[in-house]
Amino acid sequence: MKNKFNIFIIIVFLSFCFVVFFKGLNHSNTYTPKNNNKKNIPIFEAKDFNSNTFTNSEKIFEKDVFYIVNIWASWCVPCRTEHPLLMKLSKNQLVKLIGINYRDNQTNAKKFINEFGNPYSQILIDNDGILSVEFGAYGVPETFIINKDKIIIKKFIGPINQEIVEKIKLIIK
Amino acid sequence: MKILKIFMIVFLFIGFSYLKAGEKNDELKSKILKNIRCLICQGQSVYDSESDFASSIKLIVDRKINEGLKEKKIYEFLTGKYGDWIIYDPKLNIKTYILWLLPLFLFLFGGVIIYKKIYKNEK
Amino acid sequence: MLANQIGYYSLILGLLLSVLLCGISIKDFNNNKHINQNILSLSFLQLVFVIVSFLSLIISFINSDFSNETVFNNSHTTKPLFYKISGTWGNHEGSLLLWLLVLTLFIFLFLIKSREQPKKYRILTLLFQQIIIIGFFLFILMTSNPFNYLFPIPNEGLGLNPILQDPALAIHPPILYLGYVGTSIIFSSSLAAVMQSYVSKQWGQHIKKWVLVSWIFLTIGIMLGSIWAYYELGWGGFWFWDPVENVSLMPWLTLTALLHCIVVLERRAALTSWVVILSITTFTLSMCGTFLVRSGILNSVHTFANDPTRGIFILIFLFILIVLSLGIFFIFHKENNKRSNNFFWLSRETSILINNWFMMYFLSVVLIGTVYPIFLDVISSEKISVGPPFYQKLIVPFLIPFLLFMSLGPQLKWIKSKIENKNSLIIIFIVSIMLTFFIIKNLTTDLLFYTVLISAALFLFFTTLKELFIKKFNNISQTVSHFGFSLLILSILFNSILSSEIITNIKIGEKYDYNKGEIFFKKIEERKESNFNSIIAYFEIKDKNEKIIELKPEIRIYNQPIIITSEADIRTTLLEDKFLVMNLVKGKEYFNIRYQVKPFMVWIWISVLLLSLGGLMSLFKKKNEK
Repeated sequence: MKNKFNIFIIIVFLSFCFVVFFKGLNHSNTYTPKNNNKKNIPIFEAKDFNSNTFTNSEKIFEKDVFYIVNIWASWCVPCRTEHPLLMKLSKNQLVKLIGINYRDNQTNAKKFINEFGNPYSQILIDNDGILSVEFGAYGVPETFIINKDKIIIKKFIGPINQEIVEKIKLIIK
Repeated sequence: MKILKIFMIVFLFIGFSYLKAGEKNDELKSKILKNIRCLICQGQSVYDSESDFASSIKLIVDRKINEGLKEKKIYEFLTGKYGDWIIYDPKLNIKTYILWLLPLFLFLFGGVIIYKKIYKNEK
Repeated sequence: MLANQIGYYSLILGLLLSVLLCGISIKDFNNNKHINQNILSLSFLQLVFVIVSFLSLIISFINSDFSNETVFNNSHTTKPLFYKISGTWGNHEGSLLLWLLVLTLFIFLFLIKSREQPKKYRILTLLFQQIIIIGFFLFILMTSNPFNYLFPIPNEGLGLNPILQDPALAIHPPILYLGYVGTSIIFSSSLAAVMQSYVSKQWGQHIKKWVLVSWIFLTIGIMLGSIWAYYELGWGGFWFWDPVENVSLMPWLTLTALLHCIVVLERRAALTSWVVILSITTFTLSMCGTFLVRSGILNSVHTFANDPTRGIFILIFLFILIVLSLGIFFIFHKENNKRSNNFFWLSRETSILINNWFMMYFLSVVLIGTVYPIFLDVISSEKISVGPPFYQKLIVPFLIPFLLFMSLGPQLKWIKSKIENKNSLIIIFIVSIMLTFFIIKNLTTDLLFYTVLISAALFLFFTTLKELFIKKFNNISQTVSHFGFSLLILSILFNSILSSEIITNIKIGEKYDYNKGEIFFKKIEERKESNFNSIIAYFEIKDKNEKIIELKPEIRIYNQPIIITSEADIRTTLLEDKFLVMNLVKGKEYFNIRYQVKPFMVWIWISVLLLSLGGLMSLFKKKNEK
């Protein structure tokens, strides 16, 4: 009897392992940090790109609108592909765009803005990448949607495309 | 036999005491950085990596240590932003009880089997 | 082109031979004559076909024949010849051919070397091995064909990842596979022995050779992988508890446990069930490892890039083998005569049981650490990392009692014993502790822990050393291996305590002063090789005693694929390694350098060689004693 019980346990255990491994094959093994947690915007101080003076998160996000935070750099190639879409979004009255200039040379960044246009109501300087980490980003470009309660409700990793723009438009209505 | 058992327990206990040893600031910084995964590199720790992301993390950890934050709080800050995956040393929480305790349980289980086998035969 | 066809059809023929061999063997099983000689010839023929196929792939690589898809994906005309050849087995399809090669080689050698063994046992071993071989033939032909044809034929290949272009990594797979895949023969023969109720002293003596051969190759194979990681990856580490490393370590742990149990088996015909279970487990772990590494289920810098269909095949194959082997074990295995299973507390058998106990614990730590993230992800969609701190915390404390048992075990006699030479042991014990304390009291803050750990390792060191010098050489192979292991632990510990590192940014012409000396960045030179351009930096390192050494780390820019690597320059002496690696800093004029002084590094490799030497001595001792 004891033997049969042992065998039963072993069969159950092996089946369980098989199912787990089988399902595990379909899961992606690359890691992207969880997108689902709704977090408050971090409290921070940063330098304004144009005025070169310090400002803080309270002042930056003080209006009662949706904010889109976009991390970009002049040396970042995918940023150029998403830039026209950002320009279009900036025309929308329901939202304000805040740019975070990541590890960039100010001259190059200014050239980029002059050449491709400025969709941002404000640009912040992030030379050492610390501000991006505060937002939970790890690369460039990344885009965050912030609602009127100052909560980050959505994050997009990589350049945005038309599909994402439609999603954003739905959110901010 | 009893002496052997006592020795073993003492040694294991000493072994586990090393888990609580303290360190100085620089050592602490190295220790923390070696425990953080670089998210954009393949299998490197932030300590070993020269990437942009790693440089930012190194700065942040440096600042937080100077602000007096304890090691645990620094890890909490990072996992709050990036999830548990970023830390190499899995925290002991409800998600990882099995991970940490199952090997120890199996060790005891093995010990019991051996004990029973030999005890039975010595009778 | 022609090589492609030959290679492919050789595989088909090999598969057909498997079927033929199974048929002939089953027919030959029940008659009472000597074994059908055709079986040996056909097994040899199968080996030849696999060799031909393997050689065809090598030839395609040497000729840069890009009509072959595998060559296209993994090679490039500018690669040096040595790496074109070694690129053959550096990819998924080619390494599977290596699997087949070892599988067929070992069964053929087994048949030749087992002539005095019972015929039915030999045939059953062949049949079980053929099941594995057929599985791999099917896997290759159905999902991982190395001879896929590409049309139109590309002019150039995609190239081999440059960090794989290294001598240690070139020979690491063949040697590792001889051990890793070699555990298949232990698996097959154990199942055959169980079916024939042949798990006995005689069988133990016979199978021990195979366990030793696998174990030696596996040990050296793992060491080569570590050496590659140390010299090539540029971080100065040699073991990262990366899933692929763990996957090679797990069969090693069970194989070591098995080796110790076989010693008991050949003396006392005891532990028969456990020996069979260990044999099955070892190869199962090899197959499991193959699954983890090739299916894409785990994220690692080492894994082959792969798709899940291959994973499903291996998974099903793995579970068929597990069910088959466990089924045979439960149906055919008879519990042995109770009397021979009597173990007394103080005996060598018990110390071997304790060895197995600890080995199984270490195995469970490595296995659980490696697969737990998969289970957690599937069950709760949470992702966690299990990295070096986990393994260190769970393994290192247990090394202390493990080392002590390892010192005391060989002092015990078989069956029943008192500890002989109690006094000399106590003296060695006290000397170890005092010596350790004086050596490390100024070196580390973790005084208590390291004292105990190093004392335990020193205790093993001195007891084995004493055996080597004083005792007669009746068990010298075991003593040499245990001595090697103590040296390994000591080297790793002292290396870790005494290593120092400087990380700094430095410009050309600049001098950097650190408290033990000075680093001078002399100049840089540029050099062109066949498949990369390199920037060589000349550094002069001056130490306290005004001695200067020159180190030349490189930054290499490979042409295909376009990858930038940092090559460390390492100056190795018996006393310490000096390790310098340099990195570009984006957008800046200076470079970032990392200078490490690593004492006793080379002793880590030497001690692993000693460990294997013991195994080798045991292998040849057997022949002399007969």
